[in-house]
Amino acid sequence: MTTTETPDILPRILDYSSRADPYPLYAELRRTPVALQENGSYVISTYRELTGVLHDPRLSSDVRNLSRPMPGAADRAAPAFINLDPPEHDRLRRMAMRHFGPPHTPGLVAGMEGELTAVVSGLIDDFADRERIDIVDDFAYPFPVTVICHLLGVPREDESRFHVWVNHIIDAINYNPSTDPQEKLTNGMQATQDLRQYLGGLLDQRHGRPGDDLLTRLANDDGPEGRMTDDEIVSTANLLLIAGHETTVNLITNGMLTLLRHPEVLQRLRTEPDLVVPLVEELLRYEPPVHIIPWRAAYSDITVADTVIPQGSQIMLMLASGSRDPARFDDPDRFDPDRQDNQHLGFGSGIHLCFGGPLARLETQIALNALARRLNRPSLIADPPPYRPSPVLRGPIHLHIEQS
Amino acid sequence: MSSATTLKGFKRDGRIVIVGASLAGLRAAEALRDEGFTGSLTMIGDELGEPYDRPPLSKQVLTGWVPAEGTTLPRRRDIDAEWLLGVPADHLDLATNHVRLADGRRIPFDRMLISTGVRARPWFVEAEAALDGVFVVRTREDADGLRRAMAAGPSRVLVIGAGFTGSEIASICRERGIPVTVAELAPAPLVGGLGAMIGEVAADMQRAHGVDLRCGVKVTRLEGDAQGRFRRAHFSDGSTVDADVAVVALGGIRNTEWLRDSGLAVGVWGVACDSGCRAFDVNGLVTDDIFVAGDVARCPNPIYEYRFISLEHWANAVEQAEIAAHNMVSTQADRWPHLSIPTFWSIQFGVNIKSVGVPTYADEVVVTQGSVPDHRFVAAYGYQGRVTAAVSFNNAKWLDHYRQLIETAAPFPPSCPTPDQPADAKPVPVDFPGPTLLAQGATVVVTGHDPGERRVTAMRQHR
Ligand SMILES: Cc1cc2nc3c(=O)[nH]c(=O)nc-3n(C[C@H](O)[C@H](O)[C@H](O)COP(=O)(O)OP(=O)(O)OC[C@H]3O[C@@H](n4cnc5c(N)ncnc54)[C@H](O)[C@@H]3O)c2cc1C
Ligand code: HEM
Repeated sequence: MTTTETPDILPRILDYSSRADPYPLYAELRRTPVALQENGSYVISTYRELTGVLHDPRLSSDVRNLSRPMPGAADRAAPAFINLDPPEHDRLRRMAMRHFGPPHTPGLVAGMEGELTAVVSGLIDDFADRERIDIVDDFAYPFPVTVICHLLGVPREDESRFHVWVNHIIDAINYNPSTDPQEKLTNGMQATQDLRQYLGGLLDQRHGRPGDDLLTRLANDDGPEGRMTDDEIVSTANLLLIAGHETTVNLITNGMLTLLRHPEVLQRLRTEPDLVVPLVEELLRYEPPVHIIPWRAAYSDITVADTVIPQGSQIMLMLASGSRDPARFDDPDRFDPDRQDNQHLGFGSGIHLCFGGPLARLETQIALNALARRLNRPSLIADPPPYRPSPVLRGPIHLHIEQS
Repeated sequence: MSSATTLKGFKRDGRIVIVGASLAGLRAAEALRDEGFTGSLTMIGDELGEPYDRPPLSKQVLTGWVPAEGTTLPRRRDIDAEWLLGVPADHLDLATNHVRLADGRRIPFDRMLISTGVRARPWFVEAEAALDGVFVVRTREDADGLRRAMAAGPSRVLVIGAGFTGSEIASICRERGIPVTVAELAPAPLVGGLGAMIGEVAADMQRAHGVDLRCGVKVTRLEGDAQGRFRRAHFSDGSTVDADVAVVALGGIRNTEWLRDSGLAVGVWGVACDSGCRAFDVNGLVTDDIFVAGDVARCPNPIYEYRFISLEHWANAVEQAEIAAHNMVSTQADRWPHLSIPTFWSIQFGVNIKSVGVPTYADEVVVTQGSVPDHRFVAAYGYQGRVTAAVSFNNAKWLDHYRQLIETAAPFPPSCPTPDQPADAKPVPVDFPGPTLLAQGATVVVTGHDPGERRVTAMRQHR
């Protein structure tokens, strides 16, 4: 029997009190690889079943295929490709990728190394001589935001404005109608509107003008598949902005937290900077920023581990649980930067595999190496640190550390 | 060598000989060392130089993107082997466990791996094959010669045979702006591997890229000039094509001649082995010390009704090499079967073609996802109501799902719709050209009456 009513585990995971350590609950959840919830949704938590459904063409990322619509699940007016299915998803992702990576723009991410290092050095210079530092506010937040703004061509001086928008939008992703104030949802929807309008304004200025930033390149693209409509460009820019925000912040912060909890690894990293490459992969497995894909829709009846999931059902994918599945990873609760064969689910899998993975990896590698090198005997002030509310994009809201 | 103690001794200081020092041979050697084999390892290969990779030879090497010398296979670890290169093995003596080289040297072994692969089938008239400008593509030297001929700006290239290699070469010609004629006996390109429906798509692709595609015709004669340079090809329909370069891409011949009198189960289809890569002898009895891997192996696959299947796929060579290596140093109880689902890829005319399963093992095919006119789709193959293979054009990310369908013997046609299902998804017959190899007649005869006496004798092949 793979489907049972396990009414209590998921609510306990979503409850804020589990935020610091949801992993024991994931282990309980995995006893039922496909768990039907009271509200009719299905929760998948084991590695094999997760990779299976992530490669299953009958799973839809388009809210319109949910039989019970979800409030605030996606921008319904003009969904970005993360919320679309093939062939639309593929077309838009391809057109965006033309300007972001191989085969058309192969050197983009590698070529950013110097710039990323400079941003990181500048941020650390500002707090290097302080005793108390908040890794989140002083470092992990401003760094990726600066980078993605620069990539897109968003002026630095506008950043604080859309921090507010992005925060509202992220909050609304986790909107829970039974416990959350309606305001959370309306704020999110308003912020989506405002951000779209802002990006649309920027885009208007970019048409017909040369430039290397992504917005300008998308506005003037003459690739084999033509140009995206302005609505599509705004949706894409919107997606990159948000996807490139909250996630990398959490990976860098989780990284620092994990290193402080494993001082021997931190010590090794100081003398062995190349260790950072497998270390970041292990972080994406062990303390990933994205814990849950909150919904996919069953486009038709799907059988997973002997459970028939009916068409239109909401399916929740517990990525972070899959990456700790002992059936796939030896000793999964051990942080082991030398781990071999580390096919984690930190970036998802299948056609929606993270678009920004190469950038996020490089950012985090540079960030952790610089922190390891430049912080002087750092230690945690509170363990566990305070967490953000979200069980989906999970990470500390502050990470206060002390150095001597 | 069956008990665990002798195995331990063998692992410590036994002698393993690998004949065929290319992809399968090298990967097996590396896996043997990974498995803890510390005895002596001898690599016998008739090609000189480091083992290299063949897929780029009909792709990046011909565009000049990767130099022919740049295809050397990456080493996964040190294998500490003795390399005997440049001389072929020409005999295997199972009575005394020796391999004989063509120069007469005899190399003893305790266990041996056969990984002699395939060579290109040459043009059938030797004098015509020897003309300047007539090529096959199997080795690094072949590819380098063809690259140079292409760089010299030929007025036209003729490709004979529109399988994967021929089609890839035609694609490169177009990419380089060289006029190209492709001649194929079947009704369309790729038909032998993927069937008539996909063949039509491939034909469209070729024509859309300006290939002069001629199907259903045979090239009957290659004509040279007084200097012995290839100039013109004659076709079975009486027509001719003038060209400076002819590429003969008529598939491969398995390198088994040297095993003819060895007492192993060998034939034009390769060396038969069990799913643990142990060779069969001519009676169909499994041997203990002789293993086979790569293009030369013919292995039963439980998923395909235990039929013996020979594959010329890169991934298959690597997987078999690893299985063979493991089993060479393991006891019976620890042996692994080679059960992975075959995969294959090709790049041509800007399209990434990828398959899982065995498409030739099918009676029907249906487009399940995407759009054929856009050359972005997945098609599933079925045999008697279950899924046996799938091929994708520019849509490879889904193939894992189809691999699962094959492994679980999912019903065909796959019944559940997907968001990108084409409107008219109806299965059609696959339509493969007849099994040509079966027509080549018996390779063995059976003698004797009592069960204790009955034996099989190999027949010389008359070809
Ligand atoms: C042009 C080309 C393109 C290809 N493209 C693809 C592709 O896109 N995708 C894919 O999946 N596969 C592709 N393949 C197939 C892939 O390269 C083969 O599956 C792979 O090379 C098989 O490796 P192997 O070691 O079994 O055999 P081989 O690579 O054939 O090696 C056998 C070796 O044994 C040597 N040998 C033979 N007889 C003797 C003897 N008597 N004594 C000593 N040595 C001997 C041979 O000279 C050779 O070095 C391609 C092949 C070619 C030629
Ligand atoms: C450590 C940092 C990051 C993590 C952990 C992460 C994680 C993920 C995950 C799990 C998905 C899959 C979502 C799904 O299947 O529905 C995804 C998709 C995506 N990510 Fe990231 N991401 C990170 C950083 C970034 C960055 C920096 C960018 C932008 C530059 C980015 C852009 C995207 C986009 C556009 C998608 C949608 C892809 C698609 O639908 O095809 N991500 N990411």
